[in-house]
Amino acid sequence: MNALIKLFVAIVALTAALNVFAAADLEVNTPGVNTIKQSMQARHAQLAAYYNSGAVGLTADGMVALRDAGAVPLAQRQAVNALVAAENQDRNALYAEIANANGHPEWQAEIRSTFAQRWIQRAQPGWWVQSGGVWKQK
Amino acid sequence: MKKTNEVSFCKIRIIMPLAAFALSACVTINIYFPAAAAEKAADKIIEEVWQTQKADKPTVNQPAAKETK
Repeated sequence: MNALIKLFVAIVALTAALNVFAAADLEVNTPGVNTIKQSMQARHAQLAAYYNSGAVGLTADGMVALRDAGAVPLAQRQAVNALVAAENQDRNALYAEIANANGHPEWQAEIRSTFAQRWIQRAQPGWWVQSGGVWKQK
Repeated sequence: MKKTNEVSFCKIRIIMPLAAFALSACVTINIYFPAAAAEKAADKIIEEVWQTQKADKPTVNQPAAKETK
């Protein structure tokens, strides 16, 4: 009887430990994530200038937004809008892909908010970031 | 008397693993969001997208001053 209880406790402890271990890491090295990452990396070469000029800023929900259209010459405005839209599409796909790749689609919102904080924290000096609903320059 | 004891022992042998399984399933369902791992993963991706790998250039030490004999 005692042996059975011990076995029971051991099984529970082992499964719990395995579950915690499985949760300790987040898989981000999937073909889907890599494709999105490369697309964003290529786009960043164009977007960086607009981050620098303050035309585009980083939002609190892990997206980018046209913050100051006045900072963009009229001729480029359409191109910037397209860049912002494409970037946000990639970002949405990235958060969803990471959540799905880890078997937890319901984590998407938390992944998004984690990314939002990190994008903002790592933004370069001079870039505009949204915090508490207002734009602030780093 | 012995017979009933054996029967209940048998039942326990069936119930125990089932209970263990059920309990561990609860743990699985309530799995928490790995916030620290997510932050690490986000940093890695952001670094690659923005290409802001910390410029930790290996500081090439100046060859030590020649020893004068």
